Amino acid sequence: MARSSLTGSRIRERRTMMGRKQADLARSVGISPSYLNLIEHNRRRIGGKLINDIARELGVEAGALTEGAETGLLTALREAAADHPSAVEDLPRLEEFVGRFPGWARLLADTWRRAAELEHSVEVLSDRMTHDPFLSASLHEVISTVTAIRSTATILAETRDIDPEWRDRFHRNMSEESARLAESAEALVRYLDEASSTDFAGSTPQEELDAWLRDRGFHFPELERALPPEPETIIRRTEDLRSASAREMAGKHLRRYRKDAEHMPLSRFLDAATAAAFDPASLSMRFGVDLAAVFRRLAALPAERVGAEIGLVACDGSGTLTFRKPIDGFPLPRYSAACPLWPLYQALSRPMAPVRAQVEMGGRTPRRFVAYAVCQPSQPAGFDGPQVLEAAMLVLPEEITGIEGSGPLQEIGTSCRICPRAGCVARREPSIMAEAV
Amino acid sequence: MNKRVLLVEDEPNIIEAIRFILSRDGWRVDTHADGATAVEAVRARVPDVLVLDVMLPGKSGFDILKELRASPATETLPVLMLTAKGQSRDRELAERYGVNRFMTKPFANSEVLESVNALFAGATGPA
Repeated sequence: MARSSLTGSRIRERRTMMGRKQADLARSVGISPSYLNLIEHNRRRIGGKLINDIARELGVEAGALTEGAETGLLTALREAAADHPSAVEDLPRLEEFVGRFPGWARLLADTWRRAAELEHSVEVLSDRMTHDPFLSASLHEVISTVTAIRSTATILAETRDIDPEWRDRFHRNMSEESARLAESAEALVRYLDEASSTDFAGSTPQEELDAWLRDRGFHFPELERALPPEPETIIRRTEDLRSASAREMAGKHLRRYRKDAEHMPLSRFLDAATAAAFDPASLSMRFGVDLAAVFRRLAALPAERVGAEIGLVACDGSGTLTFRKPIDGFPLPRYSAACPLWPLYQALSRPMAPVRAQVEMGGRTPRRFVAYAVCQPSQPAGFDGPQVLEAAMLVLPEEITGIEGSGPLQEIGTSCRICPRAGCVARREPSIMAEAV
Repeated sequence: MNKRVLLVEDEPNIIEAIRFILSRDGWRVDTHADGATAVEAVRARVPDVLVLDVMLPGKSGFDILKELRASPATETLPVLMLTAKGQSRDRELAERYGVNRFMTKPFANSEVLESVNALFAGATGPA
């Protein structure tokens, strides 16, 4: 059945949804109820004035009745049916089904898409567990160490007449293996918690987007041109964004990127940023944009032209990280909540009050950075709608800012579980790191 | 004559623990840590029992086992395989290549001792 031949089904669907009687609609457009009944059962083709009159009565465009909005829906359902031989038999009646039950059809298509996305997530996670060389090597290291400890401990516990020389040797071995186990476990937890890994394709839409942006170096030269392409064109050309949600999130990111690039053209902005020692406030005044836009623009600059990497992290009102650009020495948590002492969260608690702090990220080789943070509220649902908060924190290596050692230093970490700082006043949970324990 | 076991393993502290356990039971324990030259080490003096780790530098325990089974001098050599990978496909692979026993790490000392003795008894027949 052709799509235009489903006009009657759409009329009936719309009329029923509005709670109008068939006779009432027929009278309004000057035809008999029996004729409308034939139309609604797709036994009479209609067009011209009559379809316009019916559409007006039903409060829709005539095109919505004649063409419907089901092209994407039909494609999705055909793909879904291909996986089910029994459904293939019903394919000739697919358009009738969509026309008569558009709600159910949409539900079916959405469920099928969601199932496909979840299957993809399972595949990625399964593949990661099975083939990830780092994970495999780390687990092997942990198990080998545990084996040595278990074997040695059993000997020490169960051998009563052990020679003192052997006993001392086994004690030494136990000590060595315990230290090795701590190091292996630490490396493993870091790997699982940090977002700095580059070989993970991502299993959630956010992770897909993070991986894609990371691969692109967070910079899009095509959007820096005088006549930039539509973000959707860039998204269509990539195969790395598989889920619809990730593509939607990427679209939002690129639209904002394009706008930022338009207000802060690359060459001019780069020159100004270098001259201002990357001070966001001065750049905000110079280009007439808000601080958060300057943060985004600085983080999108190509590292080779800046001479250093600039990090950026953003969160919503719940504190959940919504954007991650980690840099060397400033890893970001992949799954767990971040360090509560980050200036990002201080800014979140004080909307519109910018925060600047010199911070030292804990770890084996602590590094210092200058962090700028700001939280900006918005009212996307209007004046009386809920206020939506978004906070962002720019992370600049101290050496490019020209303000080394000029203020008090705030000691921070990545996330409590892997933070080695002992005696932290904001600790949420005990650390597994030796220094903190 | 001492019963002799060759332990092919690259973790020094696991070697030390296994050497201790087996030595106290009367075994002479020789060790070899390099996978690449392990087959030559076995052929140079075929042991009564071979304890073979899977993940070794140079060559995997599976490849070593495969080569040993292809040679008449070692095709029936009793082999106990140790691995940190307990996945069923590793066990299947080891069995396909002709392993006699397969044990996953971390193991109990008593299990290693019992397995080595059982393999030796199986190879030499009932006392």
